[in-house]
Amino acid sequence: MKRVVSIGVVVALAAGCGGGEKAPAGGEGGAPAAAAAAPLGNASISGTIAFTGAVPPNPTIDMSEEPACAAKHAGGATDPVVVVSDGKLANVFVYVKSGLPADASFQAPATPVEIDQQGCLYHPRVLGLMVGQDLLIKNGDPLLHNIKAVPTENRGFNISQPSEGMTSTRSFSTPEVMVPIECNVHGWMHAWVGVRPDPYFAVSAEDGTFTITGLPAGTYEVEAWHETFGTKTMTVTVPADGQATADFSFSPAA
Amino acid sequence: MASIAAPVEHDVGHSHELSFVRKYIFSTDHKIIGIQFLLMSLLFLLIGGILAMLIRWQQGFPGQVLPGGGVFPETMVSDGIILPEFYNSLVTMHGTFMVFFAIMPLLVGVFGNYLIPLKIGAPDMAFPRLNMASFWLAVPAGFLMIAGFFVIGGSAAAGWTSYPPLAETSEYSGVYLGQQLWCVSLIVLGLSSILGATNYITTVINMRAEGMTWFRLPLSIWALFITSILVLLAIPILSGAVIMLLFDQTIGTHFFKSATGLPILWQHLFWFFGHPEVYILILPAMGVVSDIIANGSRKPIFGYHSMVYAIIGIAFLGWVVWGHHMFQSGMNPTLGMSFMISTMVIAVPSAIKTFNWLGTLWRGNIRFHVPMMHACAFVSMFVIGGLSGVYMASTPVDIYIHDTYFIVAHIHYVLFGGSLFAIFGAITFWYPKMFGRMMNPFWGKIHFWLTFIAYNATFFPMHQLGLEGHMRRIYDASRYDFLSGTHGLNVFISISAFVLFASQLIFVLNFILSWFRGAKAGANPWEDTGLEWTTPSPPPHGNWPATPTVYTPPYEFSVPGMAQDYLPQDQSKDMVTAGQPAKGG
Amino acid sequence: MDWILPHAVSSYAGDIDAIYYLILVITGIAFVVTEAALVWFLIKYRGRPGRQASYIHGNTKAEIVWTAVPAVTVVVIGLLSGSVWNSIKGRDSVPAGAIPIGVHAKQFEWNVTYPGADGQLGTGDDFTVRNQLHVPVDTPVVVHLSSEDVIHSFFIPAFRVKQDAVPGMHIRVWFKAMETGEYELACAELCGLGHYRMRAAVTVHTADDYQRWLSEQSQTVALQER
Repeated sequence: MKRVVSIGVVVALAAGCGGGEKAPAGGEGGAPAAAAAAPLGNASISGTIAFTGAVPPNPTIDMSEEPACAAKHAGGATDPVVVVSDGKLANVFVYVKSGLPADASFQAPATPVEIDQQGCLYHPRVLGLMVGQDLLIKNGDPLLHNIKAVPTENRGFNISQPSEGMTSTRSFSTPEVMVPIECNVHGWMHAWVGVRPDPYFAVSAEDGTFTITGLPAGTYEVEAWHETFGTKTMTVTVPADGQATADFSFSPAA
Repeated sequence: MASIAAPVEHDVGHSHELSFVRKYIFSTDHKIIGIQFLLMSLLFLLIGGILAMLIRWQQGFPGQVLPGGGVFPETMVSDGIILPEFYNSLVTMHGTFMVFFAIMPLLVGVFGNYLIPLKIGAPDMAFPRLNMASFWLAVPAGFLMIAGFFVIGGSAAAGWTSYPPLAETSEYSGVYLGQQLWCVSLIVLGLSSILGATNYITTVINMRAEGMTWFRLPLSIWALFITSILVLLAIPILSGAVIMLLFDQTIGTHFFKSATGLPILWQHLFWFFGHPEVYILILPAMGVVSDIIANGSRKPIFGYHSMVYAIIGIAFLGWVVWGHHMFQSGMNPTLGMSFMISTMVIAVPSAIKTFNWLGTLWRGNIRFHVPMMHACAFVSMFVIGGLSGVYMASTPVDIYIHDTYFIVAHIHYVLFGGSLFAIFGAITFWYPKMFGRMMNPFWGKIHFWLTFIAYNATFFPMHQLGLEGHMRRIYDASRYDFLSGTHGLNVFISISAFVLFASQLIFVLNFILSWFRGAKAGANPWEDTGLEWTTPSPPPHGNWPATPTVYTPPYEFSVPGMAQDYLPQDQSKDMVTAGQPAKGG
Repeated sequence: MDWILPHAVSSYAGDIDAIYYLILVITGIAFVVTEAALVWFLIKYRGRPGRQASYIHGNTKAEIVWTAVPAVTVVVIGLLSGSVWNSIKGRDSVPAGAIPIGVHAKQFEWNVTYPGADGQLGTGDDFTVRNQLHVPVDTPVVVHLSSEDVIHSFFIPAFRVKQDAVPGMHIRVWFKAMETGEYELACAELCGLGHYRMRAAVTVHTADDYQRWLSEQSQTVALQER
């Protein structure tokens, strides 16, 4: 009897201690209910990512071992590593690397950023979220996906979703550009998550364009990252209430 | 070696001056400590059983919503479905709890503690305070192991065998603190075991009563003594290996890392401990079964000396067979031959023991009390478990059946069919001595038959699964065409397992209710010859007013020329036939 | 309960299965004899009023017999097993002319590297396919087994082949498939959450089909991941 009580007490203590980490165990998430960070200003940086030179072909993916996914790719699946249309490059992560006021702090929004698994590919392939903001991982395929994050600055995770419709929520506690996400059951699946302490980031769309809003006036170092072609930086000066342009251009390595 | 007459030095009366806490919580009395280990181990047996039920749910009904699954967090059971990583955690912790926190303490902690002083005629262990420390180290070890379920990343999930690199690399396993807690828990538990072994060995060597020569020791004591030597030598190896694993996990050493170490090194260390460990898990069971079968047959144990030598032979050979766990591991295949031969040879002393048990039954006058039923079940199930071992010992056959359910069947035939049935029998047999009351025999028999049938229905078909190639630790076999025919069998096994688990409720109720309402027991309700039955049930602190003197070998049943069919060890035949009433009769 | 093993198609499967059946017969006899004796004794010697058990302590001759017979039996099984083991896993057991195929295990897939036209692994014409092992019939194949991350185990039940893949080690395991058809490769060592799903398709081709498949693969870029 005493044994039962004392075990119960220690178990309760252990349970209390175990929940201290940022990554929530319950799926209800630890994101605060407070509103998203109020923008510091009204300026913005926008631009277009161009691609010059021969576009390297994307590898084909043999999905024959996963019929449910193969069926979602009529005509065969390819891995969308380099997405170029009309000389414009998509999936480039652009962010303000430095130049913000030193005392600025930002609160992560309560709404999560979603990443879905459809046809054994991640959608989106590249995304950004804030420190502490929830990443909502969804399984849109009727089979097991294993979502593994392999960061260098953050604690990673390695979880599974065996059935369609399952969701899991995780977050990161430290800025990191970029955290690789992979599926060990389908080794071709890759995604990248940029974790930033502020909301000043964007991912270039299919037409190569991006916009970062809510900035105060100032001079910023802006970096553009692509999974194959590396990073490029430029310095941009933004007037208050105004707009600055930052166009990047990538090309295949010489 | 002369045995030492140990006059009782502390006076029996002082125990009632102790507070409740000193008497029952932080007790130095071997009998209380034995009962403490019993309650703790039965709790962990229950936990291990619950984990097994979850495993069997997943195996029998994959993809179906787990009843009551809502109590688990989303990281373990999501939308009622057990997650694959939690399944790996379940199989790991089931094995860990059952081996280290249920079977081992039940045999060594409970019966070692309870029986050794009583059956050798000593007032207590050689080191009573060390004995108390041994129990109170096992308790935090248990908490640490349970704590693994409550940390981020969950509990250890690399199998109870914990092979690196999986066991030491969070990136691959998804487990962080859980694997480390597993290591620390085993280090603490190891210390508990080492202290216990030291105590038992010293007590048996130094504190046997006058006349209790080595070859008058009951086989339960021989088995516990030899087992304690195994514990003393083997557990430090586990502790060392686990410390190395913990260092790899936490401070950047490379003992088992692929680039600078060898993952196979862990396997050598673990199994060099692990094989003696499985003999630690069976020898005490064999010992108590011998005591019970002699009692139930009303006949001396057949081949007592051979039985002793067989125990020693098993213990000795147990050190040179560890490689049979590693035939397919990448170890030099030439070692396969030597380990195969030694493994084949170790079957022989077990065969000797089996034939001697049969010889004991032969021409006996058998009483089918509940302990006897369990002891006979032990013999019949251990035969199956032992014979299945011959298949694995053969290296080419092992190529096919290694890491399949054939191995799982073997493990459970020797550990459940063997050790656990022996434990049920031993608990029932010594319950009156521990608590002064009998367990209810009617419900004991119902529990026995339900358990025996459900147990065979659960585990025998696993041989079939293994022969079809069904691998171990597989969350869902439907991925493989060659396993498509196994689902029906898995459902049957799971349902049998649920019945088996439910049947244990009868034992639990019998155990608890008999404590308060069982028929009161005299000193010797089984008409047995052991020294423990010459003192009241339960014995007072110090066990006897004065330590007994031994005149007789163990198991002197049905001695010709005696009216009663048993001769207690503290009597000689002349003393009894000269008209002195046998004590405790 | 079916004690018969599933159909096997490799050259040494027959030897393995033969040892299994030998052990089955021997242990089967031992099982029947001991269990029957146990049950018979429990019935025949059950306690009845007025009966007394025999006061017997043992029989040395019986001890010798039931020590020697099991000892000789198991040692013979061991010696017979040993020669089969040597022919399969022995250091010199790989047949000359065996086709080399690289199998690199990783969580949770098998990356199979074929030697290309020059028949040698590690050269520029090698190509790698995920989760598909293609071999020609009646031809010995030696798998060069390695692992990227944790211990996996290369298990093709129909070939009776199993070998752990250990990171940091390069282990050769050979087999010769004797029948064409589709089989499966499973992982037989707990390797993480996807262990249960680490499956590759094994195809045994006729010699002509194999050449056809090889040239098809060499022409396509068969890489699925960078």
